[in-house]
Amino acid sequence: MRFNVNDEDIEVDVDPETPLLWVLRDNLHLTGTKYGCGIGACGACTILMNGHPIKSCLTTAEASQGYNIQTIEGLSENASHPIQLAWIEGDVPQCGYCQSGQIMTAVALLNDKANPSDEDINEAMQNICRCGTYSRIRAAIKKVARERADS
Amino acid sequence: MSDFSRRDFLKVATSTAGGLMVGFPLLSMGVSKPYEAKQITAREINAWLVIEPDETVLIRIAKAEMGQGVMTSLPMFIADELEADWRKIKVEYADVNRSALRGQLYGDMTTRLSNSVSESRLMMHAAGAEARERLIKAAAETWGVRPEDCYADYGRVYQNSGAQSLGYGEVARLASEVSVANVKIKTPEFYSTLGLATPRLDVPAKVDGSAVFGIDVRVPDMVYATVLHNPVPGAGLQSMRFNAIRHMPGVIRALRLGDAIAIVAETFWQAKRAADMLPVYWKSNEGNKRFDDTIKREFFEKLPSPGEVMMRKGDINQLMDDAERSIESDYYVPYVAQAPLEPLNCTVHVQEERVDVWVGHQDPEGVMDVVAQLTGVSRYKVFVHNCFMGGSFGRRSHMDFVIEATRIAIQIGRPVQMIWTREEDMRAGGYRPMSAMRFKAGFDVEKNLTVITNHSVTHSIEYDQDKNATGVDEASVEGLVDHPYRFPAYSFSHSRLNTHLKSWWWRSGGHSINAFAMECFIDELAAAAEQDPLDYRKFLLRDEPDYLRVLDQLERKSLYRKRRPRRNTDVGMAIHKSYGTLVAVVAEVTVESNGGMRVDKLTAAVDCGNVANPMTAEEQVEGSLLFGLSATLYGKLTVEAGRILEDNLDTYEILRMEETPEVEIHWELSGGEHWGGLGEPATAVVAPAVCNALYKITGRRIRSLPVRDYYLTVK
Ligand code: FES
Ligand code: FES
Repeated sequence: MRFNVNDEDIEVDVDPETPLLWVLRDNLHLTGTKYGCGIGACGACTILMNGHPIKSCLTTAEASQGYNIQTIEGLSENASHPIQLAWIEGDVPQCGYCQSGQIMTAVALLNDKANPSDEDINEAMQNICRCGTYSRIRAAIKKVARERADS
Repeated sequence: MSDFSRRDFLKVATSTAGGLMVGFPLLSMGVSKPYEAKQITAREINAWLVIEPDETVLIRIAKAEMGQGVMTSLPMFIADELEADWRKIKVEYADVNRSALRGQLYGDMTTRLSNSVSESRLMMHAAGAEARERLIKAAAETWGVRPEDCYADYGRVYQNSGAQSLGYGEVARLASEVSVANVKIKTPEFYSTLGLATPRLDVPAKVDGSAVFGIDVRVPDMVYATVLHNPVPGAGLQSMRFNAIRHMPGVIRALRLGDAIAIVAETFWQAKRAADMLPVYWKSNEGNKRFDDTIKREFFEKLPSPGEVMMRKGDINQLMDDAERSIESDYYVPYVAQAPLEPLNCTVHVQEERVDVWVGHQDPEGVMDVVAQLTGVSRYKVFVHNCFMGGSFGRRSHMDFVIEATRIAIQIGRPVQMIWTREEDMRAGGYRPMSAMRFKAGFDVEKNLTVITNHSVTHSIEYDQDKNATGVDEASVEGLVDHPYRFPAYSFSHSRLNTHLKSWWWRSGGHSINAFAMECFIDELAAAAEQDPLDYRKFLLRDEPDYLRVLDQLERKSLYRKRRPRRNTDVGMAIHKSYGTLVAVVAEVTVESNGGMRVDKLTAAVDCGNVANPMTAEEQVEGSLLFGLSATLYGKLTVEAGRILEDNLDTYEILRMEETPEVEIHWELSGGEHWGGLGEPATAVVAPAVCNALYKITGRRIRSLPVRDYYLTVK
């Protein structure tokens, strides 16, 4: 099967039913995308497909073909995406396990809404953080929105 | 320093292009196990710190990073003494094998009981100070001046005269050869790094996907395994039909592991799919097929029995008889899961002469010993590569998943990564114990409290581990027997009641159970005495200046005395000490007319003595509060016919962004030599504060968790 992952065309020999999550993790060794629940409940596996946040544990390899798949590894060189920088400056992660999914979801949110309200953030950011970093995530998202508005 | 370690230094120094290793046998006096030279490489050294010629300072930490920030806060102790340039600091885990070989060179490497700072602190102070003195001495020798005429600052050694300076990297090689004596550690007024809000060093790797958690380890030739357990714990395995899945793609083998089954395949997904399809016949054990209600009843039926008396003062029965008025309340908490977001996993490669283990674990030394025992390989040949933990909250101190992975790897002969699915992680859990307890109190005609009794019935973690355990499990009664209140007469007693489920540590242990009941009952006492709960606590704590100070701070800084904006909003409070840290919290709660409730704000006052890194300290308290809130609102595992119903994160709900209240933290630090823990204490106070607030709004006491059994939660 052929995929476009982080702007690269890749051919992988997998069962079409395999969830994209495991293709990324086990076949492509892109382990930044995480497994938390496997049923779409936690958001740890969130990646972007043509810019939309998708739970890769629920999306089969077959259904992922023909899309531009972006994972945390493809977000930037050297963690330089504005969201990543805001995450660093805000000291957001604790254990860090949920953060790839949080960041990818936040990227999609800010692409969709330049200046999200608290309600927008609540609605978009359904990802679980077991460590409870929510207030720092919220602050980091708002900071990026502010900076974009200023520039 | 012994000759032996002296030799280590020299070997090390030559093998690392002139780097300085400082590592001294603080705890290894008189221990001289043969050290295996072939293990020495630039990156695997028995030492607390390495200074490279390019001025990089590599610091080793002996505690594990599970989100609590030790990878940043612990190096601060060394960097402070060292007068290092913080920008040059790099961190790695101390080597478990070296520690074992050298008689616990790194101290106790277990991360638990919020102990990281309090246990490692003195060793790290000493390591940094010794290195600093060596560097100064080396620079002085280079210049031909006296060490007394030099000082260290920000990664360089200077002459007092200001004439010359040298970077640490430039004198590191010489520094590893000089000897220094009577090194003194700093007194707090000279701290430079400690106490400064310092961003976490592990953050950059956690925003670009490069941080390696146990589940991310990829070893050449590795295969994957997943495990099925009898959903009714302890009932055992009857049979399985491997032939039904043997031809599925990627499937390698199915193994019986005692009561469990492992499916090994080329990829995890192939293993999981085969496991889903495998026909399995579990044994049934009628005794274990219990339901929530029956288990709960067993706990409550034990409450009237006297239990084992742990502390007692006064003629309890007489005082109860004499009481003008008495109150009695039963409290109850269900089993709850830690549910770290990274499901349990462990990667093991067993070879003839060595075993490698990649795992995120709170107790890497324990892992080494368990794996050595199972494989028959010497513990010095078991190499534990500790990884980042995607949360633990106590779960990753258990050995169950390490044992299973090792057993699989022994039979497979290739590196195996065993991952429990989330469902197995939930069903084969080690849960926070179930507990029920009964409080009684008597009052005289003037509404003065005259006597209080407590009998707790709790599932014992100790007894799960050791069926010969006798007496009261301390973890079951922590927070009860060490309560600070001045009661005129009292009795505290305990009974153990274990079910077929397996219990284990959960962030803040027994405190989270016992503080809930105790702090709710204190509010009941206040109501019976017709006093404000905060005032009443001050009265009961009149001999405890530390508690009073924290309560005063909370009173000043919180909304406690402020007017409520709405009739359906009110505040509740609780105070509790655990792991050397005192936390008081005010919860502001709103109840809607439709029966929904919401926590609007948590305000905490905290005294842990000293804080190494105010940034991670704040994160830890906030995280602990929210962990406590998640359990308060949702935490419950339902037992049905012996099995746990909540087997994934859709049914086992966890607090989300939209339910997260505003959090405010006020530090009330008492200083001195005291460094209390921060990873857990704030968890325990949330449930009672929320339930006490709900009572004020609705007049209804909540005496069992979670709150969701009583109210809808609104976002
Ligand atoms: S792993 Fe996909 S949503 Fe949890
Ligand atoms: S940082 Fe640990 S789960 Fe979010």
